[in-house]
Amino acid sequence: MHELSIVSSIVETVTETLAALPDAQKGARVLEVRLRVGVLASVIPESLEFCYGIASEGTPLEGSRLVGNVLPVVVHCAACGLDSELEGVQSFRCPRCGEPSSDMRQGRELEIDSIEIDDGEVKQ
Amino acid sequence: MTTRIVELRQGILKKNDELAATLRAGYAAAGVLVLNLVSSPGTGKTAFLERTLKEVLAHGSRAAALVGDLETDNDARRLAASGAPVRQINTHGICHLDAEMIGKHLNGWEGVELGKLDYLFIENVGNLVCPSSYDLGEKIRVVLLSVTEGEDKPLKYPTLFNSADAAVITKMDIAEPCGFDRALALRNINEIRPGIRIFETSAKTGAGMEEWLGYLAAERAGLN
Repeated sequence: MHELSIVSSIVETVTETLAALPDAQKGARVLEVRLRVGVLASVIPESLEFCYGIASEGTPLEGSRLVGNVLPVVVHCAACGLDSELEGVQSFRCPRCGEPSSDMRQGRELEIDSIEIDDGEVKQ
Repeated sequence: MTTRIVELRQGILKKNDELAATLRAGYAAAGVLVLNLVSSPGTGKTAFLERTLKEVLAHGSRAAALVGDLETDNDARRLAASGAPVRQINTHGICHLDAEMIGKHLNGWEGVELGKLDYLFIENVGNLVCPSSYDLGEKIRVVLLSVTEGEDKPLKYPTLFNSADAAVITKMDIAEPCGFDRALALRNINEIRPGIRIFETSAKTGAGMEEWLGYLAAERAGLN
């Protein structure tokens, strides 16, 4: 349920973006949609891909690829003053000094990063 | 064929986030403290909220509750016995509440004006995964965990525990027969969400409620 509503939202946003493109690129076909998905976004890219085919049917996104780029958690450590990537999500501590940190700088993203389109123009 | 990359950099749940921001501004203008209660099914959210509503009203504060379930208005009827206005949201299969559902149920809620409330409690659908993605405009997200669920719940569902502002352990009255390892549960919660306020409660005996009500009152006072 959750994945399908997320995928529908992706289709809607990309369709709106296409409609706002300059006239020469109207009717462009989408080849790829690239996402940024934090490991704490509670979304599995594979599950999104599974629903994507259904949700994109009959839209300008039909036949395109959905690519999820997974981002690890990054926490800021007050003791070190540095941002560090966490290897997992079982312990929110600075990997350098072990200090606990609730100051998250990355890991919850659920964004459309970019789309690759074929605007149909023939190269001269 | 000419291929191009078009940068979007747009939140996928942007519509929900925008709606939640509007709700949040509305809550702030009305001076009402809004809490979003999240847990797995069976943790005892409703029992905990029943007790909270009764005690909040007994202290002379004004409170209301929205309660989400896939089907039935059983929880709304239970909660309404406290005397607080309660409205049921049936999601009909959707695994979480979203900002649009909240906005819709706040609109035209007969007899309820946000500006006349101290607290609005939102009891989310029992689910430890999906509700974490949907901002309802709340000030405080409360995650609940019962002593019967296993001390490693925070490690299994880090997304939700990490996004919470306060944690409530429920059913403390049966902690002993359940073999609940309190120290381990506290350690696991802190490992996922360092420094979070944790309340150890029993809706049955009232244990821990005073501390919880004190927290609510302080947060409510902090709005002004």
